[in-house]
Amino acid sequence: MRRNGPLALIFHTIFVIVMVAPILVVCLVAFTPEGFLSLPTNGFSLRWFRTIANYPEFIHAFWVSLGLGALSSLVALLFAVPAALAIARYRFRGRDALAALFLSPLMIPHVVLGIAFLRFFTSAGLGGSFAALIIAHVIIVFPFALRLTLAAATGMDRTVEMAAVSLGAGGWTLFRRVTLPLILPGVISGWALAFIQSFDDLTMTVFLAAPGTETLPVRMFLYIQDNIDPLVTSVSACVIAITMTALILLDRFYGLDRVLAGKGDTGR
Amino acid sequence: MSAAAEERSARAPWALTAPALMLFVGVLLIPLAMTVMLSFHDWGQYKGIEPVFILKNWHEIATDPYYAEMFWRTFRIAILTTLLTALLGAPEAYILNRMSGRWKSFFLLVILGPLLISVVARTLGWALLFGGNNGLVNKLLMSLGAIRSPLPFMFTETGMVIALAHVMMPFMVLSVWAALQRLDPQIENAAMSLGAGPATIIRRIVMPQIMPGVLSGAIIVFSLSASAFATPAIIGGRRLKVAATLAYDEFLNTLNWPLGAAVATLLLVALVLIVVGSNALIERRYAEVFR
Repeated sequence: MRRNGPLALIFHTIFVIVMVAPILVVCLVAFTPEGFLSLPTNGFSLRWFRTIANYPEFIHAFWVSLGLGALSSLVALLFAVPAALAIARYRFRGRDALAALFLSPLMIPHVVLGIAFLRFFTSAGLGGSFAALIIAHVIIVFPFALRLTLAAATGMDRTVEMAAVSLGAGGWTLFRRVTLPLILPGVISGWALAFIQSFDDLTMTVFLAAPGTETLPVRMFLYIQDNIDPLVTSVSACVIAITMTALILLDRFYGLDRVLAGKGDTGR
Repeated sequence: MSAAAEERSARAPWALTAPALMLFVGVLLIPLAMTVMLSFHDWGQYKGIEPVFILKNWHEIATDPYYAEMFWRTFRIAILTTLLTALLGAPEAYILNRMSGRWKSFFLLVILGPLLISVVARTLGWALLFGGNNGLVNKLLMSLGAIRSPLPFMFTETGMVIALAHVMMPFMVLSVWAALQRLDPQIENAAMSLGAGPATIIRRIVMPQIMPGVLSGAIIVFSLSASAFATPAIIGGRRLKVAATLAYDEFLNTLNWPLGAAVATLLLVALVLIVVGSNALIERRYAEVFR
């Protein structure tokens, strides 16, 4: 009964091929030995990966993306962890409204956020600065950081905390020695998912980045606008490899299904 | 609980959420309000932005057919993308769900993994596959005999819909998958033991139960497609504009910020109304499923 028929399996095979094809073709073209876009039919070459070294703007953009992702996810957690604890533990007036506000960046189109932040930071005299990028990224990754922390805080065993309190722990000690270690898997996964979101964002960042603060997706996008050549495929292949590594770590550490389930219902 | 402790527990949630709340009011709500205000300001080639209150931009959007056509294109692409993801994603989720443990988690990873891979890289892949008249897609279709002459995919709405559907597909599969997890397999067995064939089971048992999943997936896909930027910009090029790429052009090329802000505000309001409205409809229609 619970078996797929041959038609279903053919459908499934085509579906998977189509899903993988664009990603695979980027990675394959990146290894071409030719000077133009082509599949590597005459052997593989690392030529275009070496060429990246001649484009310091890509390397700089990579470091900007890495720093931006790491920092903004960390800052987002500093705000999200206390908020998640409050939402998980207390029933108070305005709780649902607050939760909706904190998740709202998922519903607002990133192009609108980009415009709003561009207007805001330009009037504040921070246009194009790294600080502006950090603040903007904190807002867009906040829902992801909040959600995974919230899931950990909701599922936490409160009796351990009560035991600690009965033994005289309180305030900061209670949080640092008992609560935080218990929710840490959720917090770290929240950080990782937030990092990936920040690392991949183009739509909002393209409004805010200036030469010098361009992130890797922005740099790639601006490059593709002018011409598509094997260089941008090798850069993309590197980005794909980095994301895959993060994915595998996330899967080992927390279970990818739980992470993706958190990402899935963005519209609600 | 003593009165003091009670008061402390009433204040605690606010103390814990205050930093995040201040952050959101300060750098989310205020910038959004500023954008709405910006859409009422005047702009001129030489004078720049003038902070007055006029309806010039809104009037331009309402009367110039260029904007009506652009918004219609945006929503047409979003609707077609949503239909394509629903028609292909829902059956795929169902097939996945019937696979055995290890294959199931492997293919789930293969299909959902792209969700976290850069949209620029994924769209670049489609640009390579479409690429000109001798792109791989055209070569394949011609060798299969499906078409005689190469079809244009780059810089067309067809190409945009295909690439967008690929980008959005994981959201649909995930949403239907979540609905399938709530489905009791014994019901299918019961239907079969009562003599229902596979087609009847799908139509009468499975479809009604996964419909909420398909619909909530459709809302996600629709709202993300209608505001998509990277894929329309790369596949559509400079001429085939949608709302997000038009707003980008007004802001960073023409520098007519008030007009760009009006386009963005309209997109935001339209999407919020559509999403909130259809969520309410679905929840009323399928109240029993969400309970």
